[in-house]
Amino acid sequence: MHFMQDFGSSFTIAFQLVASFDPDLAEIVMLSLKVSLSAVLFSALIGLPLGAALATSRFSGRNVLIVIVNALMGLPPVVVGLLVYLALSNAGPFGWMQLLYSPSAMIIAQTILVTPIITALTREIIEQLNGEYEEYFKSLCLTRRQRLTALLWDARYGLLTVGLAGFGRAIAEVGAVIIVGGNIDHLTRVMTTAIALETSRGDLSMALALGIVLLTIALTVNAAVMMVRNSAARTAYA
Amino acid sequence: MLPLKLERLKYASGKLQLINDLSVTIGSPGTTVLMGPNGAGKSLLLRLMHGLLQPAAGTVRWNGAQPGNPVRRKQAMVFQRPVLLRRSVLANLEFVLQQRKLPVNKDDCDALLRQVGLEGLQDRPARLLSGGEQQRLAVARALATRPQVLFMDEPTSSLDPSSTAMIETIVRDTAAVQTKIFFVTHDIGQGRRLADDVMFMHGGRLLEYSTAQKFFDRPATEAARQYLAGQILV
Repeated sequence: MHFMQDFGSSFTIAFQLVASFDPDLAEIVMLSLKVSLSAVLFSALIGLPLGAALATSRFSGRNVLIVIVNALMGLPPVVVGLLVYLALSNAGPFGWMQLLYSPSAMIIAQTILVTPIITALTREIIEQLNGEYEEYFKSLCLTRRQRLTALLWDARYGLLTVGLAGFGRAIAEVGAVIIVGGNIDHLTRVMTTAIALETSRGDLSMALALGIVLLTIALTVNAAVMMVRNSAARTAYA
Repeated sequence: MLPLKLERLKYASGKLQLINDLSVTIGSPGTTVLMGPNGAGKSLLLRLMHGLLQPAAGTVRWNGAQPGNPVRRKQAMVFQRPVLLRRSVLANLEFVLQQRKLPVNKDDCDALLRQVGLEGLQDRPARLLSGGEQQRLAVARALATRPQVLFMDEPTSSLDPSSTAMIETIVRDTAAVQTKIFFVTHDIGQGRRLADDVMFMHGGRLLEYSTAQKFFDRPATEAARQYLAGQILV
């Protein structure tokens, strides 16, 4: 009974917050998007070429590397948060950059979390496509760079889903950003850390309301990417 | 490019000898058809000639040169199953031209598409074309680089008659303008229609290499006689 009441009222609160363009909520949502989208962008810049290179090269130890990258997809966010914290704290090697408790620190932590996901999934998609293109590309005498560029471009719609998986991981995690960001109001508070805070303060309706907003964002992004993919599938580019 | 000289060529997969001590010199222009039953090593030999595979022993020489990148750039290959990029018809043509640093000229592309009967389809996604159209695009793409040697690995084996006829016409036209063609088929009728000379293979060996007329009228080996009579070779 109690739970249902909370649930019902939190929907009302969530709706009111969104409908009234609550500036605090908007700030939190915007920071969440900024941090996570930046992390996905940086991860893609690292992970796409790395995954494609891993997919198309043959060297000893390659399988070991693939197992490691795959395993890193399951990195615990708190561990990443802790490591980034140590690196960025005043005593750490990057302490002089004064990044701790800033959005930059949060972006760094999430980039470390998301990069293995993008690398591993890109490797899988590109390896399959390369199986199809390899002989033709060899016949054309393409350089390694030309091959990787063509493979990444032709896999572009499959890779959208990879980006989505990375974004899902980043926007949903709380362990890393709360350690390196500190959940400071108006500075480093994002949706997940705000939910954790409201829950610990006992304001469950507020926490649930934030959760509903978070879910809605995740749903919207997913739906948008699905639409792009489906239109690509119809034109056989996927 | 010519003559092509194969010397004591061997290729094995595990313990299986797939190409066995094969030597031949081919100096004549026109269309050389590689014939023989399934598993004879025709497609494999094509790949060794083109340098897609390395022989276990023996040598391939194109007018003295090894089949590395400089040689391969003057050649092109059409595969049994067309490998088309996930792009438009025109983009597939532009891709090879750009990678070879050749000028991308709209009129040339149009002319090529017209030659293979794909005019007006340049904006279609290549992979939505029918099987025959896809293979014709693959042929156009191979011709776009103006190769001196064109390898075709059973390009019509799963195509409709009209696409097959179109591709055969293109092969004849292309051979007529000084492009050397190596064409794999196990369709005897197609061999008769296209061949200037024939390499007849069986069990990884080259049993006969002769002019088309001689091969089809008076085959020198019992295996070729049986093959041409439509019997199954084992």
